Amino acid sequence: MIDVRNIYKTFFVPHEVRALVDVSNKIEAGEVVVVIGPSGSGKSTLLRCLNRLETAETGHIYIDGIDILNSKTDINKIRAEVGMVFQSFNLFPHKTVLNNVTLAQRIVRKRRKEEAAERAMKLLDKVGIQDKANAYPDQLSGGQQQRVAIARALAMDPKIMLFDEPTSALDPEMIGEVLDAMKTLAKEGMTMVVVTHEMGFAREVADRVIFMDHGAIVEQGTPEHFFTEPSHERTKLFLSQIL
Amino acid sequence: MESSNVRRFNKQAAYYMWAGVFFLLVFAVLLGIYYSTKQIDYVWGWSRIPQYFMYDEMVETRSEIGGTVDSVLVHGQKAVIRIKGKGEEGSYTVPARSIRVSEGDMIFVGDVLEAHKERQWGLLLVGLWITLKVSVIAVILGILLGILTGLARISSNPVLKWSSITYIELIRGSPLLVQIFIWYFVLGTLINKLLEKNGFEFLIPGLWFGIAALACFAGAYVAEIVRAGIQSIHRGQTEAARSLGMTYVQCMGYVILPQAMRRILPPLAGQFISLIKDSSLLGAIAIRELTKATREGVSSSFMTFELWFVCAILYLVLTFSLSMILQYVERRI
Repeated sequence: MIDVRNIYKTFFVPHEVRALVDVSNKIEAGEVVVVIGPSGSGKSTLLRCLNRLETAETGHIYIDGIDILNSKTDINKIRAEVGMVFQSFNLFPHKTVLNNVTLAQRIVRKRRKEEAAERAMKLLDKVGIQDKANAYPDQLSGGQQQRVAIARALAMDPKIMLFDEPTSALDPEMIGEVLDAMKTLAKEGMTMVVVTHEMGFAREVADRVIFMDHGAIVEQGTPEHFFTEPSHERTKLFLSQIL
Repeated sequence: MESSNVRRFNKQAAYYMWAGVFFLLVFAVLLGIYYSTKQIDYVWGWSRIPQYFMYDEMVETRSEIGGTVDSVLVHGQKAVIRIKGKGEEGSYTVPARSIRVSEGDMIFVGDVLEAHKERQWGLLLVGLWITLKVSVIAVILGILLGILTGLARISSNPVLKWSSITYIELIRGSPLLVQIFIWYFVLGTLINKLLEKNGFEFLIPGLWFGIAALACFAGAYVAEIVRAGIQSIHRGQTEAARSLGMTYVQCMGYVILPQAMRRILPPLAGQFISLIKDSSLLGAIAIRELTKATREGVSSSFMTFELWFVCAILYLVLTFSLSMILQYVERRI
């Protein structure tokens, strides 16, 4: 489903940082992959490279066999197939919850108004906020906003969902509701790449855990293996700090 | 002492007292001006001002031949006067109500056959209309130019980015009056000469070079306002829109610009009010807008004080209406 081959990414602003150094990985359809690591380890950058919000400098990224780094690829088509949920929700504040979920359906997927609204209401129901359809984002709690963001991404019927620290900006009591929505999604067989600090979620839901540090994948494996017998010193240190 | 005095007032009374002081001040200034004009024997002529808004013009029809009135045929509102002279004949169609001749009258060349009054727009209203027309067209062009330049300004393409920076810096770095002269005397001459040389019948009137100068001037400032407005929208909005598969244009049109508009509108209002006032410079290239019209009125009537006051008030009416309209729009979005 996703095939990342030897990608590099360096940031020059504000100063030179090698964010990704020779990263390769393969993610199968239906797999739930959790990426963890200390801040600045390149995990968010890796995720953002997968829908080209950041452009990897060298290497190849294949989504469903299509090279997304090829300039001839229609990136908007790929992005419609790859949903993304952000740490800061990024809902459109000038649109109601319903319109947040229908906007891209209508202008990218070219769905009719009623069709898009119907799909949106179904998804809002799924994430448990159907009654807030006509509210504006700033009238919602953080947890509710993030669930709208998930519904907005799902409305495009993506094949892959990317989550960039979806619970990091939330108050503790709201983290559960967002994670529950993500768990439901995982159970339905969605291919998911999740950058998170929620180790409980990683242990429970992930098929595979990837640990990154200094722009490289240090270690990866099943949650059982990863949390009980990590092989790398750096991993052990990280886990001892956060668990 | 004083503070205890003030405290004795309740708040309401103090408020009305100071409001009274304000109006007294205004009255004193007006009185001062009036008194000064008396000192120099200025003769106020406010009663002659209305003719600068509207006046009645005598329209006369005169005979071009001598002879007798052969017939006056009335068809509803109109009448046809037929005049027979020696070997020549003339017929005039005039309003029926104000005919001054009847059948059989002797007519000499230049005699008045008919005369009526027609209501005409006065000098100031004609000037106001030109100012309004010029401003509205320049505002619309300025917005379009400003949005395009603003978008080009934040583009990463060097052609777009550098062109917009050059344009903005050129415009902001030179006086508007100089730009108006360049548009009229340099570009205007060039364009019209080239049109003429290539066999075009029509020439572009000076008014349009004036409008172009104002629009380009406003466009540069609007561009900076638009750029600031767009950049004030969090990057996450663009990322969210693009991650859903929207193109750059869709993202701008549906997500960024609607949000930026709210922040852009207040500074934009200020810019357009400036533009209305700046249109007064167009008098320098023989466009008869409000200021030029006032100057003409002053030089023919010597009512310097009255006409300039009225001119200022008319500008105030325009700018105040514009700011009211924009405030209304701002509340709506």
